[in-house]
Amino acid sequence: MADVELKNFNLNFGPQHPAAHGVLRLITELDGEIVERLDPHIGLLHRGTEKLIEYKTYLQAVPYFDRLDYVAPMNQEHAFALAVEKLLGCEVPVRGQYIRVLYAEIGRIANHLLNLTTHALDVGAMTPILWGFEEREKLMVFYERACGARLHAAYFRPGGVHQDLPPELLADIFTWTDTFPEILRDMETMLIENRIFKQRNVDIGVVTAGEAFDLGFSGPPLRASGIAWDLRKSQPYDGYEKFDFDIPIGRHGDCYDRFVLRLEEIRQSLRIMKQAINEMPAGPVASLDRKIVPPKRGEMKRSMEALIHHFKLYTEGYKVPEGEAYAAVEAPKGEFGVYVVSDGSNKPYRCKIRAPGFPHLAAMDFMCRGHMLADIPAILGSLDIVFGEIDR
Amino acid sequence: MNGALNELGDHIATSLPDVVTGFEVRLGELTVNAHAENIIRLLKFLRDNDACQCQQLIDVCGADYPNRPLRFDVVYHLLSLTQNRRVRVKVQTDEDTPVPSVIEVFGSASWFERECWDLYGVMFTGHLDLRRILTDYGFQGFPLRKDFPLTGYVEVRYSEEQKRVVYEPVSLMQELRNFDFMSPWEGARYILPGDEKAAGEGGKQG
Repeated sequence: MADVELKNFNLNFGPQHPAAHGVLRLITELDGEIVERLDPHIGLLHRGTEKLIEYKTYLQAVPYFDRLDYVAPMNQEHAFALAVEKLLGCEVPVRGQYIRVLYAEIGRIANHLLNLTTHALDVGAMTPILWGFEEREKLMVFYERACGARLHAAYFRPGGVHQDLPPELLADIFTWTDTFPEILRDMETMLIENRIFKQRNVDIGVVTAGEAFDLGFSGPPLRASGIAWDLRKSQPYDGYEKFDFDIPIGRHGDCYDRFVLRLEEIRQSLRIMKQAINEMPAGPVASLDRKIVPPKRGEMKRSMEALIHHFKLYTEGYKVPEGEAYAAVEAPKGEFGVYVVSDGSNKPYRCKIRAPGFPHLAAMDFMCRGHMLADIPAILGSLDIVFGEIDR
Repeated sequence: MNGALNELGDHIATSLPDVVTGFEVRLGELTVNAHAENIIRLLKFLRDNDACQCQQLIDVCGADYPNRPLRFDVVYHLLSLTQNRRVRVKVQTDEDTPVPSVIEVFGSASWFERECWDLYGVMFTGHLDLRRILTDYGFQGFPLRKDFPLTGYVEVRYSEEQKRVVYEPVSLMQELRNFDFMSPWEGARYILPGDEKAAGEGGKQG
């Protein structure tokens, strides 16, 4: 037999690759088609968000959170709003909380629709993305009708939400929650028992519960490993304790479990949305403390006091008492935390953004070792990576 | 809630008196201050002790206080899923003193420490792969330090002559304007122009 010289080689994946879900550069070390080592290079979308926030007032910092995980913008604002409210000791009125819950769940569905369909696309199924994005577009319209923007919402602000919902919007969202499950079912029948889809996902990228702890997993990847942990249940914020919903968990911690788990999470989110719409009380949507939340324009036309407050809040902003606070929400991708340090002025002294995707992507090397090259997109897709939040 | 956290803080402080310098409970959050050189022992204790059971290291981040002799804070956020509690650990260090890396305790620390090194220049000993992570290849300086300008030092553009991206010193059409909207009547920490004259004449009030 002739001598065959074998050698490992390095392969550069990305930074521009449709399956990289953004600008990810992976340096892979391969033995044939087997991945031996993987080194993700991130930071290609680094915009210095944390530095910029230090130079902005608390209200001006809100829109930066839309630009983190741009797939579900309001969930990010939610964490910042909670952190600042904690420092201010400010209460959100009940209607404001319900609107936040409703829109946080819309964001979750929007995120999962994007992730599930692109994951399916990565492993070869083209159709779900066409169906899913049609529904996602409707959700973007709901976003737009509430706050005027499809993506850059700036809607959840410290103290409540920016403005009340228009009258017919709740009825339209309710109608959508009735029609949407049919599309979900179609997608499910197409993928869940599909032989090719299962071959690409089952037993790929397995993470056990102990490993998930060590790697700092949260959200769907943690639950897929069998840990029943959801901040909406364990550390409820903004009235999540009033809602009746279940937390699906997986058993094997592989790509397939993570996929199915997100599908079920969509169903649970629909349940929460219906309850939120049915039980939404009347009343103010934001705190009436005029030292934090500016008055509406109509009020400004009649009241001198309101005019002064408006002027002060949009120039100086409000001062936040000295101290530090960490607030976390169950964002669609996992635990999204904001750590704010205030020095008593009108700008945050330090604002650390804890993105759930960051430790997930750090685990790529561990999860891909020993797998085939073609499994990388499947694992990447199942981790739900968005570079806006990882690179910040 | 605060009672239980105080109890936990007490328990940590009395169990490791040579490591912990103090603790405080504020806004329903427990903060433990510690010596940087013993951080591994403390985190191991927090992970393995029955009363703490912190299974996860959620976050490691830096913070810069240039006026202090030990200018950097390294802040660890831990989460106990079984106790449903969070613990924050803070240690202090400066530019030259490295902090022991906690990778051996929590695997997730690896990238968090790389980020902290990248943005603040805090060194970690025992970290095998302390490369920059978020900033550009070949980046100079530590951008999240308070003395690093917001606009940075270099900017990039594509050069048609050299057919590649080139780095140049930042040139702004207009100087960066940092408006100070803090009300001078409430808590501003500077002297208004003109006020120093009053102080010079014995602080006469007009």
